[in-house]
Amino acid sequence: MAQAPRTMFDKTWERHAITVNDAGQTLLFIDRHFCHELSFHAYNMLHARDMSVRRPQQTFAIPDHYTPTTGLDKEDFATEAHDALVANLCDNADRNDVTLFGLEDQRRGIIHVVGPEQGITLPGMTIVCGDSHTSTHGALGAFAFGIGASDVSHVLATQTLWQPRPKTMRITVTGNRPIGVSAKDIILAIIGHIGAAGGSGHVIEYAGPVIEGLTIEERLTVCNMSIEAGARAGMIAPDETTYAYIAGRPYAPAGEEWDAALAFWKSLPSDPGASFDREVTLDGADIVPMVTWGTSPEDALPITGYVPDPASVEDEDRRAAMERKLAYMGLSAGMKLSDIAVEKVFIGSCTNSRIEDLRAAADIARGRTAKVPTIIVPGSGLIRAQAEEEGLDRIFVEAGIDWRPQAGCSMCLGVNGDTVGSQERCASTSNRNFEGRQGRGARTHLVGPAMAMAAAVTGRLTDVRTLTAG
Amino acid sequence: MEPFTRFTAAATPMDRDNIDTDQIIPGRYLMMPRDERYKTYCFHDLRLNDDGNEVETFILNKPAFRDAQIIVAADNFGCGSSREGAVFTLVDAGFRSVIASSFGDIFYNNSFNNGLLPVVLPEEAVSALRAALHDQPGAQITVDLETQTVSGPGNLNFSFKIDPHRRHRLLNGLDAVGYTMTFEEQIDAFEQRYAAETAIKYDQP
Repeated sequence: MAQAPRTMFDKTWERHAITVNDAGQTLLFIDRHFCHELSFHAYNMLHARDMSVRRPQQTFAIPDHYTPTTGLDKEDFATEAHDALVANLCDNADRNDVTLFGLEDQRRGIIHVVGPEQGITLPGMTIVCGDSHTSTHGALGAFAFGIGASDVSHVLATQTLWQPRPKTMRITVTGNRPIGVSAKDIILAIIGHIGAAGGSGHVIEYAGPVIEGLTIEERLTVCNMSIEAGARAGMIAPDETTYAYIAGRPYAPAGEEWDAALAFWKSLPSDPGASFDREVTLDGADIVPMVTWGTSPEDALPITGYVPDPASVEDEDRRAAMERKLAYMGLSAGMKLSDIAVEKVFIGSCTNSRIEDLRAAADIARGRTAKVPTIIVPGSGLIRAQAEEEGLDRIFVEAGIDWRPQAGCSMCLGVNGDTVGSQERCASTSNRNFEGRQGRGARTHLVGPAMAMAAAVTGRLTDVRTLTAG
Repeated sequence: MEPFTRFTAAATPMDRDNIDTDQIIPGRYLMMPRDERYKTYCFHDLRLNDDGNEVETFILNKPAFRDAQIIVAADNFGCGSSREGAVFTLVDAGFRSVIASSFGDIFYNNSFNNGLLPVVLPEEAVSALRAALHDQPGAQITVDLETQTVSGPGNLNFSFKIDPHRRHRLLNGLDAVGYTMTFEEQIDAFEQRYAAETAIKYDQP
C-alpha cells in the first residue's frame, strides 16, 4: 500500500525521530545548534554535570545579543559585564571545541542572519537555539524552533530533545502581492488575522503564489515572526529559489554532495493531498503596508487605518486591555495612524537587517534627510561590507542616519545598551512591540524597512507608497 | 528539581491576555546570574515605577495577593521570548503553578524543567476562577497533579489534561538529561545510521 501523503513537517519530524517513549513523546535528533551569550546558564548546567558538548561539529557559538554596534573597543561595550558575557561565550566554545564566530570575525552577526548566510542552515534540518526567533531558519525548509536554557543544556549534552508532536497548519497567501507591500507587511497581516496565539501548538507551513514569489530574504522575514503568532515553527518548501540561494555558500554541500543533497531536498515539499490540522487562506491582493499600534504584534493595521476605539469592544477584559495599550502607547482612539509622530527609527534585527532590507531603506532615503534620529544596524559583518560596496552607507550617512559598523541584535531588545527611552516613540523593523521591549517605557511601532525609512524622512508613520508614487 | 504533586496556596488573577516574558522579566536582567536577587526581577516593571516605588494598581502589590503562589491568567501567558529567566524568576519568587487558557509554547516547555506546573483550562474555567479570586481576594487554589484537578473558591472544580511524560517527570522531580542518557544506545545507533544515510555532511569547510 502506498504511504499516505505527508507534509514537509511530517517528513522532517519522522526522519529525525530516534524513538518514541511510553508517554508518546518523541526523542528528536538535532542537526544544528546555535548558541549566543545567554547560553551561559546552559553551559553552567552542562559543566555542573561534568559533561561536554556531544557533537561540537554541529554546534555554533555566535555572540549577537550583548555586542556593541559602535565598535569593538572596551568603551564600546555598555558595561564591563557585557564584555565579560561575550568573553564567557567564547570561553565555553573554546572549552567544548564548538565553532565560534568571534567578535573580530567578519562572518559574525545575528545568529538568524548568519546561519542562512553561511549555508549552515539547510532544508530538511532540525535546528534549535536558545532564542525564540530560531523560527527564521524555516524559510529554507528546516524545522527550526527556539528553546529555553535547560533544553539548550540538554541538546549540548545529548544532541536530542524530547518533543510532543505539534499540529500542522498551512497558511496560503493567494493572488498577487501589490507593489509597495513587503514581506514584513505580509507576516504582520497574517498575525493580525490569526492573532498572537493563533498558531499555538502548531507548525506553520506558508504556501501559495505570494509566498512562492518571495526571495529567500523575504521568506526569512516571514518565518522569523512565526513565533509572534504563537507557532512552534514556520516553514516554507524549498524550491529553485532556495537551491539558487544555497549554492556556493561556505557550509553548503558542493560537488557530488550537492547532487545528493539536491535530490534529498526535492523530496521534502509536502505531498499533494497531504492534510493539515488547520488551513488558513489570505488574499495577497488585500495586503497593504502595515503598522502596529499596540503592545502585541497582533495589534497590526493597514497604515491607511485609525487607532482603534476601546468603546467598540464589548468584552470588559478586552476593553480594559485595549485602554491600557493606548495609555502605554500614548495614543487616542480614532487618530489616523499616519498622523502619529515618531522620535526615533531603528532598522535592524533578525527580522529586517539583510541586504535587501537595507536596499529597500536606501531607496527611500536617497536624496532625502532623516527628520528624527535613525540608526541602522546590519545583520552581519558581511552584510555591512556588501552595503558599503554598493554605496548604501553613503546614502544613509548623507541622509543624516547613524550607520553602525558592528552587527548585532541591538535595539530590538536593547540589552547591549542601544535602547529607546521612556515614552519615546520608535518606528522599528524588529519583531516585538511588547511593553518595555526596546527599553523601559519605550513605545514601539513595528514596520517594514521601507516604511521605517519613510517614517525617518517624514518624522511620522507614513504610507511608503506616497513617497514612491509616480 | 523539586517534585510537584499537590500544591495549595493563595492565588492571584491576572486578567490580561498575552502577558509576555518581557513583562515577567525585563530583558536587562537576563545577563544576571541565578542568585538570591533573581526573585526581585519578577514582573519588575509592572510592579515598580521608574522611581522604585510600588505601582498601587498592580495586583501583586495589593495586600490580599502579595503572598500568592499560583497565578490564574488568561490567554497566551508567557508568549514571546524563549528566556528561561521568566520561569526562574517566577519559581524564585515562590510561584509553583500558572493556570491559563493557553501558554506561549516555549514558556510552557521551560516550566516543566523547573518544577513550575502550567495548567491549561478552558477559557470559561479560567475566567470563572479569576472572577472568584476577585470576589474573594486571598482565596486559595489547590492544584493536584496526581488527580489532574484544580479546585478553587466557590466550589469550582476542574480537571485538566497533561502530557503523561511531563507529568511523570514533574511528579518525580526527574532530570531530563539523566532520563535521556538511559536511551544512549539508541542515540548512538541513530547517529551512525543517520551519518551513513544523510546527504548533508557536518564537516567544517
